[in-house]
Amino acid sequence: MAFIPHTQADVAAMVDAIGVARIEDLFDEIPQGLRIKSLAGVPTALNEMEIGRLMSARARADGAPLSFIGAGAYEHHIPAAVWGITTRGEFYSAYTPYQAEASQGTLQMIYEFQTMIARLTGMEVANASMYDGASATAEAALMAVRANRKSKAARILVPATVHPHYRRVAVTTASNQGLKFEELPYCTAEGITPSASLARYEGQDITALMVQQPNFFGRLEDVDALTDWARARAILVIAIVNPTSLALLKPPGEWGARGADIAVGEGQPLGVPLSSGGPYLGFMTARMEHVRQLPGRIVGRTLDVAGREGFTLTLQAREQHIRRAKATSNICTNQGLAVTAATIYMSLMGPQGLTRTAAAAHARTRELIAALTRVPGVRLAFPGPYFHEAVLTLDRPVAPVLKSLSNRGILGGLDLSGYFPELGNALLVCATETKTAADVERYRAQLTEAMQAARAA
Amino acid sequence: MSKVPADLKYTKSHEWVRALADGTVEVGITDHAQHALGDLVFVEVPEAGRAVKAGEPCAVVESVKAASDVYAPLAGEVTGGNGRLGGEPQVVNSDPYGEGWLMRLKPVAGALSGAALLTAAEYQRVLEAEGG
Repeated sequence: MAFIPHTQADVAAMVDAIGVARIEDLFDEIPQGLRIKSLAGVPTALNEMEIGRLMSARARADGAPLSFIGAGAYEHHIPAAVWGITTRGEFYSAYTPYQAEASQGTLQMIYEFQTMIARLTGMEVANASMYDGASATAEAALMAVRANRKSKAARILVPATVHPHYRRVAVTTASNQGLKFEELPYCTAEGITPSASLARYEGQDITALMVQQPNFFGRLEDVDALTDWARARAILVIAIVNPTSLALLKPPGEWGARGADIAVGEGQPLGVPLSSGGPYLGFMTARMEHVRQLPGRIVGRTLDVAGREGFTLTLQAREQHIRRAKATSNICTNQGLAVTAATIYMSLMGPQGLTRTAAAAHARTRELIAALTRVPGVRLAFPGPYFHEAVLTLDRPVAPVLKSLSNRGILGGLDLSGYFPELGNALLVCATETKTAADVERYRAQLTEAMQAARAA
Repeated sequence: MSKVPADLKYTKSHEWVRALADGTVEVGITDHAQHALGDLVFVEVPEAGRAVKAGEPCAVVESVKAASDVYAPLAGEVTGGNGRLGGEPQVVNSDPYGEGWLMRLKPVAGALSGAALLTAAEYQRVLEAEGG
């Protein structure tokens, strides 16, 4: 379906039909004194050629650094076919497919996405996506309060090892709706949430427990013990997971004896490039018993009157166009284009390809940690298993070292001192399958020099 | 023509109320309401022990074309929801005044006599005014 803008004749016909002279007349009710005629500091419009030159120049200014930053956004190889197919005209207009009879291709694609995400997470139902991992986490908290009807407290336990941005988005989104988020401390020696820290909540009214796996430090939480503790007390478990890691790790549907209740995450690693922070896509899944509290679109497979298979939006009574103010969410769209890319990425990779990607990322990160911890003054902060990220502790402030690395064409990781000051000079590093052994060696050599430069300074 | 049993009380929002021998009341939606909603696909009933105020939304009925709140006809404590409806919501369509009841309430003192409930004849006039 093509997008065709209105011509001036179209616009003239429409304002004529309404009975006004110009579009501007429709805004008559806004007092003149409140109108801004020109925006100071905003440059004039550029044409396509001009904007192309400007953006190319900006991109060149970035250079082509070798990136070892993860922290929720991951550089993976994206087969060229993914965006070649995604940007075909049939997929490129991502508007909500209300009209099932005209949207079978889009609906089937979303249905396949839901199926793949449900299988990857080991959960029973997935929606058509959310904005990103952070907003999906916030929606999961709101959903848990609706779904856990035994709990009246709207209290959510959130480990400090959950991504700090996700925690902030959840608080911003949900705290004015009466939800209370309580932070669970982590073990500063191990970088995980000790299940013993839950003992103080024994007997209290708790609605849900969040668990991120791998956690923000890249470490693997004891998800079975945390899940079993919560589920035994009618506390819902919200899993926050990395989709690539699920090719290797136990899916949230199988955590503990009974599995998580809701599983969400950031879908960016599935074929969406790193691009100034977005657009990304969130995914959101649940156990079937909670499906009517799941926000967002859901596509279902059905039969038409002639008995032929078809796809359509389903369970729409949860949504705002029917339920109005009582809808499960006021987020009324999914990330159609990013979902298309993720679906095609998963199709091309297949289970084996995703497993090889995850295993390669893990192996490369182990090599990276082994190499970097040979540099004098650098050690691994937390012993124990990690996936494709880990925290290093330096014997000097991180920021000057990162600056020095950046000057040498390397983005060395995320300085954690602003987020976790108690960890001292902590640096979160990541390697995926995109990094070679030579890249790792280059980082090690440059880090050795950068550490010496930082000491000299 | 919708059925409006003479022995029940009603609300303008299309709930019915039956006084039971043990002092509790049974609440459901009327024949008119189930017909207007169409085939029900989901019913959410309240948890036992929940205190409700008169007019408070306390159950949800969802059909293939709409979802609607059900309001407590009077103040009281929920003594139980009809668990059968979780798996068989269509019972509300087939037997709205019997097996399709939604919840039972223990009214707070005086709530039953004090509530502004309609008689069958009065509810019938509400339906006629709505064009039903």
